[in-house]
Formats: sequence, structure tokens, C-alpha cells
Amino acid sequence: MSSTGPTNSGNRGRLMATAILMSGIALFMIGWAVKLQVMETEFLQTQGEARYLRVVSIPTVRGNILDRHGEALAVSTPVESVWAHPGELLQAADRLPELAELLGVDREAVERRLTQRAQREFVWLRRRINPDLADQIRALAIPGVFFQKEYRRFYPTGEVAAHLIGFTNIDDVGQEGLELAYNQWLMGQPGSKRVIQDRLGRVVENVELVKEARPGRDLRLTVDRRLQYLAFRELKAAVQNSEARSGSVVVMDVTNGDVLALANFPGFNPNANQRVTSEGQRNRALTDVFEPGSIIKPFAIAAALESGLADPDTRLDTTPGTMRVSGHTIRDIRNFGELSVTDILTKSSNVGVAELALSMDAEHLWGVYSRFGFGTVTGTGYPGESSGVLRDHERWRKLEQATLAYGYGLSTTPLQMARAYAALADDGRLRQPRLIQDSDNRAQAVMEPRLARQMAEMLETVTGPEGTGQAARVPGYRVAGKTGTSRQVGAGGYEDRYSASFAGFAPVSRPRVAVVVVLNDLVGQFYYGGQVAAPVFGNVMESALRLKNIPPDDVDTLLARELKP
Amino acid sequence: MNRTGWQDLFGLFPRPRIDPVLTGLLVAVMAIGLAVIYSASDQDTGTVIRQLVRYGAGFAVLLLATQVPANVYRSWAPWVYFIGLLLLVAVLFAGVGRGAQRWLDLGIVRFQPAEIMKLAVPMMMAAWLHARPLPPGLFSIGGALALMAVPVLLIARQPDLGTAVLVGAGGLGVLFLAGLRKRYIFGMAVALLAAIPAVWVNLLDYQKNRVITFLNPESDPLGQGWNIIQSKIAVGSGGLTGKGWLAGSQSHLEFLPEPHTDFAFSVLAEEFGFVGVVVVLGLYLAIISRALFLAGQCRDSFSRMFCGGLVVLFFLYVAVNAGMVSGLLPVVGVPLPLISYGGTSAVTILAGFGIIMGLYSRRRFMT
Repeated sequence: MSSTGPTNSGNRGRLMATAILMSGIALFMIGWAVKLQVMETEFLQTQGEARYLRVVSIPTVRGNILDRHGEALAVSTPVESVWAHPGELLQAADRLPELAELLGVDREAVERRLTQRAQREFVWLRRRINPDLADQIRALAIPGVFFQKEYRRFYPTGEVAAHLIGFTNIDDVGQEGLELAYNQWLMGQPGSKRVIQDRLGRVVENVELVKEARPGRDLRLTVDRRLQYLAFRELKAAVQNSEARSGSVVVMDVTNGDVLALANFPGFNPNANQRVTSEGQRNRALTDVFEPGSIIKPFAIAAALESGLADPDTRLDTTPGTMRVSGHTIRDIRNFGELSVTDILTKSSNVGVAELALSMDAEHLWGVYSRFGFGTVTGTGYPGESSGVLRDHERWRKLEQATLAYGYGLSTTPLQMARAYAALADDGRLRQPRLIQDSDNRAQAVMEPRLARQMAEMLETVTGPEGTGQAARVPGYRVAGKTGTSRQVGAGGYEDRYSASFAGFAPVSRPRVAVVVVLNDLVGQFYYGGQVAAPVFGNVMESALRLKNIPPDDVDTLLARELKP
Repeated sequence: MNRTGWQDLFGLFPRPRIDPVLTGLLVAVMAIGLAVIYSASDQDTGTVIRQLVRYGAGFAVLLLATQVPANVYRSWAPWVYFIGLLLLVAVLFAGVGRGAQRWLDLGIVRFQPAEIMKLAVPMMMAAWLHARPLPPGLFSIGGALALMAVPVLLIARQPDLGTAVLVGAGGLGVLFLAGLRKRYIFGMAVALLAAIPAVWVNLLDYQKNRVITFLNPESDPLGQGWNIIQSKIAVGSGGLTGKGWLAGSQSHLEFLPEPHTDFAFSVLAEEFGFVGVVVVLGLYLAIISRALFLAGQCRDSFSRMFCGGLVVLFFLYVAVNAGMVSGLLPVVGVPLPLISYGGTSAVTILAGFGIIMGLYSRRRFMT
């Protein structure tokens, strides 16, 4: 063989050279290990921790909004939102079609979005999908796809209580109504915790709690869901039947100021809040003012009685049904002739009440009005509540003093009106209307009880045989109230658009519930408060009395009615 | 029938031809390997048992290989080599595998013909050079390079860059051990450098990307650079003594790609730290030294070149894998020998050590 002699040692020399070379390389590698593991270890350890130690937020459930009996008006249901880390997801681009299909989105659109935001760390893929679908997507285990637990707000009553409750935005923050006013209370405090996550973002271990999550608290309203529903239904039917453009109903418990129902029309569906129009969104009962018209008369009459100027039986001559004041004519709908003070209310005489107003001190009239809360906000805490306008008496002119008595020259919200009537009903005790149960609202005496009861008896005649508000009657109950009809102001002064209203309370013997109904922009054939607002009042009042289990105080007429047929 | 040859091959009581030192070192590395696999596979006993079975098979092959004398290898070399080449060509047409065609499905077993070449190329080149005067002349060198180049190119076409590099390096090792004159070494080095642009042009896109990201992994930290960065973090965060067995965060939280195969070394480095790395590298170095010593003891130059080539190949396995996981070399998919999970390469490597032990045990006989 040729492999003998000197070449043998040549092989061996080369083997030795190989061994030396390899040892050199091995030494270099150990040196490299020293660099990585001993010298740079701190940096790389931090890098390692940064990859798995994360602080994640603990989402909290927004509190529910409940009615006075604990029925749900707004609830939060768990949903999940899917987001992506664009860089990671684009690496697994072959998984995009199945992901897009499950998400129900266009694959190309997703890919474009991801590519555009490739440098970012966060892109929403789709928000608020139901948990089942989220589980299906999670099962695909696509790298770079992550989930965020969220809650979606749902309003079981839909548009019925939409104005009062308001709504939240996609980030679960209150935007309108009580959702906005009590946002902090409802929202709670999201917590955070430090966790170990794997590459797919799954939490492997909870390390420590950084901040404890405080769940949102429930908000218990004074509203009665059933009554709210009935009130809304009645209002909606009335607005649609009477060719009005909008309307409001407020129902109040006069003994404690609880708002039992507060409805507006038109409304909106809070469960699809992208279709909200500003027209439908307004909570008119609190934010919109109107000139009250005749429903203010009881307070002018009360002022007259209080000042000792007249008593219920004092007689006034309203002939010829018109009256000139400062070059303007005040009219009744017809010539009522001689009327008692009570009759002025029963028949709603503008001339009569104007005469009384002009014969008393401006300051006194203003005093009674402002004691009953006109011109000041009711203090419900509802965002955007209007105070209405009641000008200071020192700036009143004579004509204004006369028109103020029958409801022109001042403006008020339906809720303010409800507060004033509730005070009249509850022996002259004015209460701040409350929307939240058990909130503090101490009563304030604004009128002598005896006088208030006198007013109630007088107002009962409005629903009596001679009155303008017979449609407001509730069988079995004595109902006190007042109709109102006023022309509405447009760009060119008073127009042929009317606002019809009815305000009142029942039962007269021991008042419990006050209701105010206002319909706006009536242009049709019927626009008197007694025609269009009083029937709504009657129906809503009847429901309220029944739901509150209030015993009838007029059994005789009830029996008479039932025996008649 | 040659009675001695028969007895050497299939005798009822063949003389044990095991080298205890080398065997002990191999077993030590494999034991560490099982521990790492257990951790990296999320404590899956099934995976560990499957690997154990492969080691058993590998040892059977090792024992078989020790029984074969040098002259048999020498005379078989052309046949093994050509069958290997045929299989490599077959893979090009009938191969299976995701992305790259590397596997041949024979119904019962699937295997990579490239594995055969890891043994066949050093064997064939040693036989070729042995039959000609040493140190080799130009014709000898040319022939040897051709014997190396054909399979390397076929493997690179699959494409399997890692194995191609290993096989090529094993061949070059044989050539170096043949006593290649310095001027030729220098000339080849120059030629290699000159060839780099040509190789670059012929690389596939994904191979180019790997090289680019290797040179600057931070250029694409979420894409191609991901593996390198994650692995470097795993290795580096192990520190001096490691995070402890089964406690490596990078590996267990799935930040590391393929923790139980190609990146087993990262798991080891993260969990056992610098100490573990030095111990394992020390064991490898001891294996290599012992194997080189055994190779040097052989009397004939065929055995020395063949064994030496195998040792060079084994060394490169370790060096390329370690370099890959620590960010020194591009990611080319070379397992860490005897530690990474996987059957074929373990069997090939144990067969290689069987050959070395067998040839060493016959050092006293001229064949």
C-alpha cells in the first residue's frame, strides 16, 4: 500500500493541526458564551422578562341601571374584542383567510390594514364579538392574534327609557343621560396585575396584583319600568294621533319627589346608537323649555289668595272676554261674564287671571313663582338640564305682569312644572325631583298647607262637569289639574303652532302622584290641552294610581258608573 | 469464504470493539440530551421514550459498525457512495417534505439520503485518496473535490444548506488530513472566497434572508430576526448558573422556535447557564479529542482520513448549532448532535463513532 512511511506522520500532523484548530474554535465559543451569559446577562435577562412579564388590566363590569323594583334598564354583557400585533400576524399570513372568514371581514382589507400599520403593536381586528366566536378564533392559535375581554351595554327597554338612561360609547364610557352623569359610579375602577404570558399572549401565571379592580356599582333609579313603558306608549300614540312633533311626560311621587316615569317622543334606539339623531336624542322633559300657558294659572291664583286679595269665591267680571293692557288685547276663548276665582281656573279665563295679577304686587307674584321653582334647575344632576327663564320682577312691564299670569313671558321645563304641581299637591312642600333612589331631597315649605289644599279643591273643578279638562278624569279618583294651550314662538313671533299641556295630581283627598303631559308643535285640528294632553294624563295617571296601589277616594262615582248600564 | 472476515462480521461471539472512554462520554452527552428534551417538550415522557428508542437503535448500529474492518469499508465505499448518489437523485424527483424535499418514503421508514452521504463522502474520499500517492497530487485533489462536490450540490438543491455544509466540510477535512500541501490549501481558500458571489446568486430567497438577518437580526425583529433574537435572549438570560431545570421562560413560553430540536442548546443554556454550556462543550471537546486520538492510532492512512473526516463533521455539527443558537452563525437547521430530538442524525453520528472505534480496535493489523 502507498499509505506507509513518511505520509503516516503527515496524517498524524494534520490530525494534531485539526485538534488545535478545533480547540481554538471551542475556546472562542466559550468566550462568546462568557460574553452572552456573564457579561451581557443582565441586559438579556431584562429582555427576556420584558417578553413574558406583562402588566395587564383587569376589566371591570359596568354597573347595571335598575328601576325601582330592580328590573334591568341597562345591563352589560360580556363580549370579546380581537386585536392583532401586525408584525407577528403578518408572519403567519397564510392563516389570514381562515381568520378573516371567522371574523366575517374582508381578507384583503385586513391585510392592507395590517401592512399599513406594520410598525405598530396594536390593531383592532374586530370589536365586540360574542364569546363563542372568540373561542373558535382562539382555537386557531394564530400567532399575533389576541383577545380583550370587554362588555357591551344592552338596554332591554330600548327607546322607552332611552332619554333618561342615555348610552355609552364603544369604550363603555357614558355619553349621554344618566350613563354620563353617573359614569364614575357605574364604571368602577379597572385594576391591573402582573402576569407571565407566553408568545401567544396566553396568561400562564399570575404573579402579583398591582391594583385591585373595583367593579362598577349598580344604579337604582326611582323610575318604575312598567309605568315608564305605559307613559311612553301613551305619549307616542298621542304624538302620532295629534300631529304633534314631540312631547314629554313626567310622573312624580309627590310624597318624596321620586320620578316614577319620564318619557319623551321622538326617541331613539340606544342599542344601535350610531343612528341617533339630535332631534330624537333630546331629553325634552329636562332640556327643552316651553311657555307653559294656562297650566301656570294655579300659581298666579295661589299668589292672589296668599296675598289676601281674593278668596275662592270672590267674583270678578270678565265681560266682554277681552281686556286691553298697554295697547295689547288679552282674550278669553269666549265671554265668560262674571266668574268666581275658582271659575277662572275651571274655565281657564285669561282675562280673569290677568285682572288678579295686575291687582297685586309684581314682587309677590314673582315670589310665589320662584318659590315653586320656576327659573331654577331642579337639581337632578341630569346633564344639560335647563333652568327655564323667569325674569326678575323689577324689570317687568305691566303687560308682562298680566301675561305671566296665564303662562306667557316665562319658560319652563316639563320637569319643573311637575315639581311645582307636586309641591301644590303635597301641602305646599317643594321637593327636588329625584331620579336616583334614596338620594337626599329634603322638602321645603313654600306655601301654607291650608292654602295648598284649597288650591287642590279648586283645581279639581277643572275635571268636573264645567271644566276644561274632563278628559283627564280617572274613574274612582278625584283628580285635580289644569289644561294649558299656548302658541309657540318661531322666527317671526307667535305662530299657529301650539303647545298643549295638562298638569295635575291625584287623589285630591290625599295626593300621591303628579303628572305633567306636554305636546309640542301641534298644527292639526285639535290643539287644546283639554283635547290632546288631558286624555294622555288620564291614562297615565290611572296606570300610576293602579300600579302604586292607591285606594280610590271617589268610590261613589265609581259605583254609580258601574251600576248605570 | 474468508473465515476470518466472516467471523469478524457475523461471528457468534464477536470481540467487543468498544472504546470505554468514548462510549462513556457519548452516554453522558445523551443523558444530558434526554434531560433537555424532557424540559423542552414540556415534560412529555413519550417524547423522551421515543428518543431513548432511537438511541438504542443508534447503539445497535454503532455495535454493528465496530465489527467492520477497514478493507471492507474501502471496498464498499464506491457502492455505498453511488447508492447514496442515486437516492439523492431520487429525492429530487420523488422526495417528500414541507418546503424542501429531503425525505424518501420507503413505505416502512422515511429517511434522508443526505444522512448516508455524511458517512459515504468521507469514506469514498478517503478510499480515493488512499489508493493514490500521498500527499495528493493535482489529479487526486481534483477527483476528491469532484466526489465531494456532486453530493453537496445535490443536497444543497433539496434545499438543505446545513447538511450540504456539513458534508462538504467533512470532505474538506479528509482532504486536509490527506496532507494537502500548503500551496493548495491557500489556493482553495482563495477560490472559495472568489466563489462567494456566485454562491450568493444561486441561493434561494429564504436562504438569502437568513444570511441577511443573521448579519443584522435587529433589522427585522419580528420576522426573520425573531429566532435569532429569541434564542440569544434565552442563552444570555441563563446567566452564570441558569434558571434551573424546567424553569426556562423563553423555552417554555413558546418564545423559542423548536425548543426540543434545533434550539435545544438554547434551552440548555437558559436553564443550566454558563456552567451547563461549559460542561456540555467540554464533553463535546473530550469526545472529539478522544476520537481524534483513536483516529491517530490507526496504522493505515485510509482509517485515519476516514475517522478524521467523521470527527471534523461531528465537530462542525456542534460548532454550527452552537453558533446558530448564540447568534454567531445564520440559522441553517443543524441539530445539536446527541442532544436535539430527532432520529436520523443520532443514528448516523453513533454509526460514525462505531466506525471510529472499530477501525481503532484493528490498529494492530495491517489490512
